[in-house]
Amino acid sequence: MSGILVATTVNGDAVEFVCQPRETLLEVLRNRLGLTGAKEGCGTGDCGACSVTVDGALVCSCLVLGAEVEGRAVDTVEGLAEGDQLHPLQSQFIKHAALQCGICTPGFLVAAKALLDRNPDPSEEEIRYALAGNLCRCTGYDKIVRAVDAAAKDLRKQGRKA
Amino acid sequence: MAHDKHFTNQEFKVVGTRVPRPDGVDKVTGRARYGADAFAPGQLVGAILRSPHAHAKIRKIDASKAEKLKGVKAVVTSADLPDLTNGRRDMLDILENCMARGRALYDGHAVAAVAAIDAETARKALKLIKVDYEVLPHVTDVDEAMKPGAPIVQPWVRTAGVDPAPTKASNVSQISTFGHGDVEAGFAEAHVIVERSYKTEQTHQGYIEPHACLASVNPDGTGELWVTTQGHFVFRNVCASLLGMEVAKLKVTSSEIGGGFGGKTHVWIEPVALALSRKANRPVKLVMTRDEVFRATGPTCSTSVDVKIGATRDGIITAATATLRYQDGAFPAIWGMLGAMTSFACYDLKNVKSVGYDVLVNRPKVAAYRAPSAPMAAFGVESTIDQLAAEIGMDPVEFRIKNAAKEGTRASYGPTYGPIGIGPTLQAAKNHPHMKAPLGRNQGRGMACGFWFNFGGQTCVDLNIGVDGTVNLTVGTVDVGGSRASMALIAAEELGIPYERVRCNVADTVSLGHNDMTEGSRGTFSSGMATVFAARNAIEVLRERAARTWDIDVSKVEWQDGKAVAMGSEHSNLSSLSIEELAAASPNTGGPIAGHNEVVADGAGVSFATHICDVEVDPETGKTRVIRYTVIQDAGKAIHPDYVEGQFQGGAAQGIGWALNEEYVYGDDGRLQNPGFLDYRIPVCSDLPFIDTQILEIPNPNHPYGVRGVGETSIVPPLAAIANAVSNAVGVRMTHIPMSPPRILKAIKAHRAESEAAA
Repeated sequence: MSGILVATTVNGDAVEFVCQPRETLLEVLRNRLGLTGAKEGCGTGDCGACSVTVDGALVCSCLVLGAEVEGRAVDTVEGLAEGDQLHPLQSQFIKHAALQCGICTPGFLVAAKALLDRNPDPSEEEIRYALAGNLCRCTGYDKIVRAVDAAAKDLRKQGRKA
Repeated sequence: MAHDKHFTNQEFKVVGTRVPRPDGVDKVTGRARYGADAFAPGQLVGAILRSPHAHAKIRKIDASKAEKLKGVKAVVTSADLPDLTNGRRDMLDILENCMARGRALYDGHAVAAVAAIDAETARKALKLIKVDYEVLPHVTDVDEAMKPGAPIVQPWVRTAGVDPAPTKASNVSQISTFGHGDVEAGFAEAHVIVERSYKTEQTHQGYIEPHACLASVNPDGTGELWVTTQGHFVFRNVCASLLGMEVAKLKVTSSEIGGGFGGKTHVWIEPVALALSRKANRPVKLVMTRDEVFRATGPTCSTSVDVKIGATRDGIITAATATLRYQDGAFPAIWGMLGAMTSFACYDLKNVKSVGYDVLVNRPKVAAYRAPSAPMAAFGVESTIDQLAAEIGMDPVEFRIKNAAKEGTRASYGPTYGPIGIGPTLQAAKNHPHMKAPLGRNQGRGMACGFWFNFGGQTCVDLNIGVDGTVNLTVGTVDVGGSRASMALIAAEELGIPYERVRCNVADTVSLGHNDMTEGSRGTFSSGMATVFAARNAIEVLRERAARTWDIDVSKVEWQDGKAVAMGSEHSNLSSLSIEELAAASPNTGGPIAGHNEVVADGAGVSFATHICDVEVDPETGKTRVIRYTVIQDAGKAIHPDYVEGQFQGGAAQGIGWALNEEYVYGDDGRLQNPGFLDYRIPVCSDLPFIDTQILEIPNPNHPYGVRGVGETSIVPPLAAIANAVSNAVGVRMTHIPMSPPRILKAIKAHRAESEAAA
């Protein structure tokens, strides 16, 4: 076994880690960097609970190797709030009761942010299709869609990017 | 999101408001810690070897090579989990399900486990374990398993509920009969009789968080278990018993739980993790893969159901019977019995009989899944009711209203109902704009009713008032979907203080008395009841402290809006004492102020729902799309309406998945062919419409606030409501769930061929 030294950026901070060639980004985040916000629901890219962005692109971190993020910028749910201010998506998820058990919530927040980054005014249908890679078994998605819609409105009102 | 409160006669200040949940920030920032999110010093990684055979004798397990692999710290088999169950067959079944004992009973049955320094080493070690299997004939279909000559799953099982008691082994573990009246006489009075058979396939709860735990057992017999569970006190008792530990020495902490729906009411990997830790003398973290979750943990039953109902031309049901065959997996259970109990619970029937069969097959042990057994029974009964209404020429809602159970009705499963909500939910459905909305081409509307018992059980709550007057409410029922907010609302209501002044936490097993599982929709009902009593207990203490401060009799002190008030004109000079003032003075007035309650929360009110569903079926592909869905359910009292709606919507969504797409597919080899979310596809965001809800509040007289459980009933009507909608859309009665595109196409083609032949 020989590890690979990887230098990357996670939530804006420079980070170095050593990982095995077969280790996934999800395993690195959770087991080596202590960032357990991303969850493993399936390990096969079907549930979206491990969603993060790499250079702004939404990915399932269980399908990315740790070694692949050398020189990239990784963003996770832990980096969503700005200082002591929750991101509007986070606030609206709480306000709309858009979570029950909450295991899928980090993935939904990251995926919803990726949506609003590229489309600040999505229709209901666009929200539903953009979040179709994230499974939630508790809510029936109703309150999630409403929360994302409300957060998009907040962001537009504030005139800021997601 | 209608919220009809006109049945309720109580006024509330904070109960019924939509406050932010106390664990919200942790859950949107990634800080909340779930089953797989814990770490312990020196922890090992566990992994389980599982049977690739549906049924096999295990001749020998050779783990010597695995044990010698560098980095492997322990290997366990059933030899490390000796039978300490003292003749308790139900406990031995649990133990055998966790680790095979000489025979593998289903594809995925655990046969050995390892603990190693990392995941890769653990995986390598599993490959080095050699298991010598003698493959045996298997059976996975419920009807096949009941046939003479079927392979016997459990040779020790003799069918219970039969007189005289049989002497030969059978796959039918139990036959349960319910009902009253004379069904033959009832059918003789009927003008119209509809008789039909139905099938439902096996589905999984599909919680997104796989089972996970971190076990640590010390050589002195003490231990700790961090685990995702619906009931850590029950897990403690079961694990301690199976491992020969003392209950008080095993501390079990429930992590945040990433969904359970009944599937996390049973132990699966926890005794194995404890055994590995005990052998290695190191903490062991054991997390299931999704494949393991599907193959080896609690799916619900597949079923085969016959229903016969007769009615007069003016729409009165004269007799109803059902025969319900439920597949329990490899271990005896009561799912067929529950199906028989729930089948006709919505109706006021003079002559009724239901017979439930619990049947063993070579599939994983069935676990509870949200109102377990009721959805399949309702599918058969509610489909038949719709056909009967059509034959009589009566509107299906009117037909149900005519026959609905009411206060004083003797339920088909025995008891006589108190005030119940089936009639009001049906009336609300009749008046709902959804019922009158126009339908387009290839579209159909269906509706159906559902029932669930609900449960109370053992409950224990502590309420401690801090020196600043804020309140720690400590409960022992795991919060599966926002119940901490509801508990805090109840404590705030009783104490007359703002919601924000109460913090509700779920205690571990060393910090509070025993609490039963969060199951049977009991969380808010039972812990809510105990919270009311604990708060009232604390108010007694607060009144006594005020009386002592004022030096007056405690009978002259009342508690109003968070303050002690001295009553009577002789005390008009005494200004009230707030909870903050009393708390600040508490060190000098008798010490800490607290309230407690231990209760067996009896009187869980039964719950009813009516669902309305519109679908559009593509006649070319057979694909069904749900275009509108409405849930109307009696909550007794909605403590936190957002989370009540959430339960309604979530149950409906699970039902939609079950009705249209989800199913376990077993090959001829007895192996599960779709153990992953790609091939076992649960509904995604783009599959569903908004799910409208209407909360009714018909108070449960047995609860101080009128609460009924709300968590489960919402999954009971969807199979039938959607089947009725699809049948109306395509003009063919659908009798097999899920109504996947191939099944719908086949039904349409068969119907066309029949019509052409008739023409």
